[in-house]
Amino acid sequence: MSTSARYWREIPQRYRLEAGQCEKCGAIWFPPRLVCKQCGNRSFKTIRLPEEGVVKTFTVIRVPPTDFADQTPYAIGVVELSNGVAVQCQIGDCSPDELKTGMPVRIEFRKVKEEGEAGIICYGYKAVPQR
Amino acid sequence: MRDVAVIGIGMMKWGELWEKSLRTIFVEAALKAIDDAGVDHIDSMYVGCMSSGLFVGQEHLGALLADYLGVAPIPAVRVESACASGGAAFRQGFIEVASGMSEIVLVGGVEKMTDVTGGGATFALSTAADQEYEVYNGVTFPGLYAMMARAHMERYGTTRKQIAQVAVKNHENGCKNPHAQYQMKVTVDQVINSVMVADPLTILDCSPITDGAAAVVLCPLELAKKIAKKPIVKVAGSAAATDSIAIHQRKDITHLAAAEQAAKMAYKMANVGPSDIDLAEVHDCFTIAEICAIEALGFVERGKGGAATEAGETALGGRIPINTSGGLKSKGHPVGATGVAQICEIVTQLRNDAGERQVKGAKRGLAQNMGGTCASCTVHILEVV
Amino acid sequence: MAGIVGYGAYAPRYRIKVEEISKVWGTDAESYKRGLQLKEKSVPAPDQDTITMSVEAAKNALRRARIDPKKIGAVYIGSESHPYAVKPSGTVVGEAIGATPDVHCADFEFACKAGSEAMFVALGLVEAGKMEYALAIGADTSQGAPSDALEYSTAAGAAAFIFGKTGVIAEVTHTFSYMTDTPDFWRREYMHYPRHAGRFTGEPAYFRHIMGAARAIMDMAGKKPQDFAHVVFHQPNGKFPSTVGKMLGFKPEQIEVGLLCPRLGNTYSGSSPMGLTAILDVAKPGQEILMVSYGSGAGSDAFIYRVTDLITKVQDLAPKTVDYLDKNKVYIDYGTYAKFRRKIRMGE
Repeated sequence: MSTSARYWREIPQRYRLEAGQCEKCGAIWFPPRLVCKQCGNRSFKTIRLPEEGVVKTFTVIRVPPTDFADQTPYAIGVVELSNGVAVQCQIGDCSPDELKTGMPVRIEFRKVKEEGEAGIICYGYKAVPQR
Repeated sequence: MRDVAVIGIGMMKWGELWEKSLRTIFVEAALKAIDDAGVDHIDSMYVGCMSSGLFVGQEHLGALLADYLGVAPIPAVRVESACASGGAAFRQGFIEVASGMSEIVLVGGVEKMTDVTGGGATFALSTAADQEYEVYNGVTFPGLYAMMARAHMERYGTTRKQIAQVAVKNHENGCKNPHAQYQMKVTVDQVINSVMVADPLTILDCSPITDGAAAVVLCPLELAKKIAKKPIVKVAGSAAATDSIAIHQRKDITHLAAAEQAAKMAYKMANVGPSDIDLAEVHDCFTIAEICAIEALGFVERGKGGAATEAGETALGGRIPINTSGGLKSKGHPVGATGVAQICEIVTQLRNDAGERQVKGAKRGLAQNMGGTCASCTVHILEVV
Repeated sequence: MAGIVGYGAYAPRYRIKVEEISKVWGTDAESYKRGLQLKEKSVPAPDQDTITMSVEAAKNALRRARIDPKKIGAVYIGSESHPYAVKPSGTVVGEAIGATPDVHCADFEFACKAGSEAMFVALGLVEAGKMEYALAIGADTSQGAPSDALEYSTAAGAAAFIFGKTGVIAEVTHTFSYMTDTPDFWRREYMHYPRHAGRFTGEPAYFRHIMGAARAIMDMAGKKPQDFAHVVFHQPNGKFPSTVGKMLGFKPEQIEVGLLCPRLGNTYSGSSPMGLTAILDVAKPGQEILMVSYGSGAGSDAFIYRVTDLITKVQDLAPKTVDYLDKNKVYIDYGTYAKFRRKIRMGE
């Protein structure tokens, strides 16, 4: 469930893949953090993650949470983007047999779910096969 | 820090307990532990419970259960660490006695999961993962562990059959445990061919939704020697650790780093190593979790958990019996109660009281309890005195 | 002179063939294919809508325009399937491409010409000097009522254009708009599917307005059909554009590149705009292009573009329209189509 405020707060990350890069050690955090887990530094600069990557592992969800019932089955994977940062997202436009560890993917802007018939529509990033 | 002993345990039959409310099951288990300990009062209480708020709309469990157990005005508080709530509560109880703050401490774990629908339970459980960067996308717990399973299979050659064998073994053990939710055996084929939940894990790879509670009584070892009526078991090692909550932010998603870290600290405190452990209760929320856990705990080499399970090393008669109680898989997994029930099983074994499932000559056992995808983990080592 | 600085298209992967739909409703596929000059249409995945396709098309337009998105002064989305009844598609698209917050936004609607309307207004603001760049998108994921003739053609797609005065790859030399109140096709509030007036949608509607706008703009510009290398009309099916082109004096070769409907379906507000992106993908410097949209209700917007030398530098900077049309297609059956298009009633 996402209330308006909780959804809206993550828009820079969900829509634009904005991450924080530690100004001291260069480590990249997505979503951005207040403290660098690597070096303890507290200052960051905003960067956008690249939109190409590779699937590291995946699964196909067949028993979904209630608000994803009409999308079932769908694939979820860990995608390592070209700068080494990993994200977790759905893998779309792809049948279960096409899914393979190591397959190249790109990030596309997609609808993630709807809060029922009358609630807000939630968007975000998904991976689709690169061809 | 003084030595601490477990002098009482209370376990009950777990399952879908329609007639019993959360407060009832907790009090039943707590009374059993108090009777088993033979004490006439307790000084302080910890309650392990993941999400009474989401399951039954009730927070403030410490106060509620101290009231219903009839022990108010003692201090009582709920401890939460997702599925490691029980182990975390036990650790807090241990610290309170070890520090000298209290003499007799009750630690109970409870979860009442069947008052909500399946969808409601799935939602409550999902709060153990990263809400905005894992759950937001529609991932479920079986999904997270399924991704770990696939990575483990691809990296180490672990097979689907090896993973399924964990369920076979644990169900066989569960048949020897009258408290276990399921009293039935399963075969590797049944596991592999049952309903797919998140590729490659099926419904039989997953621990169930369960109502249940478990409780233990702790006191200083010196006091135990005076009042205990049963073989005394002391807490030789207690540790906890954390890891990135989102699996994609970990260096190695096949490795339970928090479990390895907690185990290292616990072994050090107890001044023993993995080969000194006679049996262990590990957190098999999913079959693959047991395989990863026995690797992290040092019972088998990294990557060899599947092969070791297939070879029977972790069976009741094997080199290192794992989950003689039936594990979460067949005993059930009322989330907050699990960690405490693991202690009950180890104590039962060390007291030589485990009947059909007794590990002969067991002197030292280990309990590993983890939250979510092991973003938190407690490890306790118990020894008979 | 103002014109297009960047352009981009997007279409979903999934397709359904006329045969699949005919099978379910017991119609003769061949006669539908012949009558509509259409063999398959695009189907949006359940996680795609006007907003998501617009974002991808806009990103392609930005790849070609190579401008800082913060310089975009307006984001206009034209569609008849905006995901919200109240809350503009443009706000989400504007955020996603990084154009916010100093930007004007409005959603446009006028049946299938909502996209060209957005273009008309975006261009006007740039010409007026009110902003450096303006983004206009035509996108739709429209529904056709089950077993209705429209079910064979209602498709999904998006086309995005960034207008500006510098770095122009196709100048807009003339525009014209022609509109009357003609109830040929409409959808009432709260109704699921649109309704249409059968054969009335032909001569008094589509043909009258397209020809009205086309003749007027050619008069205004002093041009004849043979002056144009390419012409693109709104494409509700594969037949109407060919017919109106012939009536106006154009040859099939001029219509060919922009005629996507036979293998894409009718992308409604994306229809003539996507035809335009397909043309821009192969256009040569100096060529002139005529685009005439049509929106039921009814009206047509006409544009004359003159391609500049800069076009050859940008065509390859993003996927081409035919890449979306012809590569990596996945054919689905009617059951999957019904599930994707939410024609199946789920539990409450």
